[in-house]
Amino acid sequence: MGALLEISGLKRHFGGLWAANGVDLAIERGEIHALIGPNGAGKTTLIHLISGALRPDAGRIVFAGADIGQHNMHARVALGITRSYQITQIFPHLPVLENVRLAVQSRRRDWGSSFRMCRPASADFRMLAEAEEWLGRVGLAEAAGQLAADLAHGQQRALELAMALATRPQLLLLDEPMAGMGPEESAHMAALIASLKGAQTILLVEHDMDIVFRLADRISVLVAGRVIVSAAPDVVRNHPDVRRAYLGDEVAP
Amino acid sequence: MTPARRGNLVEAGVLLAAIALPLILEALGEDFYIGFATRLLIFALAATSLNFIVGYGGMVAFGHAAFFGGGAYVVAFLMQAGIFSAWIAWPLAVLAAGVAALAIGALSLRTRGVYFIMITLAFAQMIYYSIVSLQSAGGDDGLPLEQRSTLAPFDLASDTTLYWVALATLAACLIALKRLAHSRYGRALAGLRQNEQRMEALGYPVDRLKLVCFVIGAGVAGLAGALLANQNGMASPTQLYWTQSGMLLVMVILGGVGQRYGGVLGALALLGLEEALGLTTEYAHFYIGLALLAVVLFAPRGLAGLAGLRAR
Repeated sequence: MGALLEISGLKRHFGGLWAANGVDLAIERGEIHALIGPNGAGKTTLIHLISGALRPDAGRIVFAGADIGQHNMHARVALGITRSYQITQIFPHLPVLENVRLAVQSRRRDWGSSFRMCRPASADFRMLAEAEEWLGRVGLAEAAGQLAADLAHGQQRALELAMALATRPQLLLLDEPMAGMGPEESAHMAALIASLKGAQTILLVEHDMDIVFRLADRISVLVAGRVIVSAAPDVVRNHPDVRRAYLGDEVAP
Repeated sequence: MTPARRGNLVEAGVLLAAIALPLILEALGEDFYIGFATRLLIFALAATSLNFIVGYGGMVAFGHAAFFGGGAYVVAFLMQAGIFSAWIAWPLAVLAAGVAALAIGALSLRTRGVYFIMITLAFAQMIYYSIVSLQSAGGDDGLPLEQRSTLAPFDLASDTTLYWVALATLAACLIALKRLAHSRYGRALAGLRQNEQRMEALGYPVDRLKLVCFVIGAGVAGLAGALLANQNGMASPTQLYWTQSGMLLVMVILGGVGQRYGGVLGALALLGLEEALGLTTEYAHFYIGLALLAVVLFAPRGLAGLAGLRAR
């Protein structure tokens, strides 16, 4: 069986700028795959292209054997690709538990379609139980009844992770999950991601190199819309092209 | 007593009073007001259907008159063709409005915000001009009904019966609305109102969820239109005109966007004010404008919010 996600020759331009200029990338089942690169290298564009927020101009995105390049976002979620956002995307005026329950409801179509209009959603205890379980996984069990807007920033990011996980993705796309966090919150999020290691395939975009090199099984380096290297952390750390293009002299060997 | 229980009691009390109203009016010799009360109920139904689209679905639609007026014309056309039964004509009015909304919505829902407002307005005006230019639809004069629809075993020729039928329809729709708000679909709409992008990223077919909401709202408006044709004894082009859409929107905003009783309270307030002020001043709409401003500025949840009613 091939890689879970295989991207080849992927291109996307904005005006004259090629944000993706022939990206080749393969993500294996079960790995945490980090995507790094200087600002403007096209990391978020690539996340948009994989999640379906943008369509490619050229190239192929093959997920679990199917070409999904032209699928829309909700179809890709149904196939098993879920993303989180750089800027927190939650339902601020709904309770924390309801935020996650909506994710469960979306995934568990076998429990009832989201077009059902008669039976109260809260009467289905299975959805609530599963939502509570995910909240427990990210350490928010106590906050279930609060409004999402009232959570601290770090908690909101954790909530977003719980929502993404509750869709039970085969591939989880995390776009800077530590953005805007203090050191303590970052450490908590890193521990959460580490706890998924081996069980959940993750494509992680992150600026904090300590965390990236600690968590990732493999790292791809994106420069000017191309992956210049895709390898284990040690190889990437010492790769001359990477040092020249991106890391400079800052990283000690 | 819990607030929910108290709320149920108030609802039951209001419903009982509404059922008794025509009998009281008859006893007082004020039969004229039965017709007015029926109008109120019908507009409450139409405003509630728009509130479903605007307040529950989060789509500011400015073409509701097309479905409201369209329902009236369906009844009138069918009567011309010799079909008098409400059991046939009213469901067809709902169906016609729903099918029109399916087409209009499928095209309009590609747009958002102001563009959605304008495109729904444009479609509604197209329908207005098409019908007004139809000779067989009576042009600017509208289409008079030969008689009221027949609704065996009820006798719709009686004003009181028509009032009760309108009341039953409104009550049924409000109960359905409450159930719907707490269902899977209603919860999905709540998510959509707050963060469409997130809903899409959770795997919800956002456009289809909204289209269904738009079609349901339009269908209920079609039913309200069928009732109004019976109340007015005609299908009138003013009912299709954009000012009608505007008036329904004003009702929704006055009463409370996204509040279950928003449409009802808005219709009561607007038509009540028009009637009351109309007796004493020529400038009724000036004062109604002031009231609308006050609500928008000081009571964003509308009269329903002021009255402390449960939101859904």
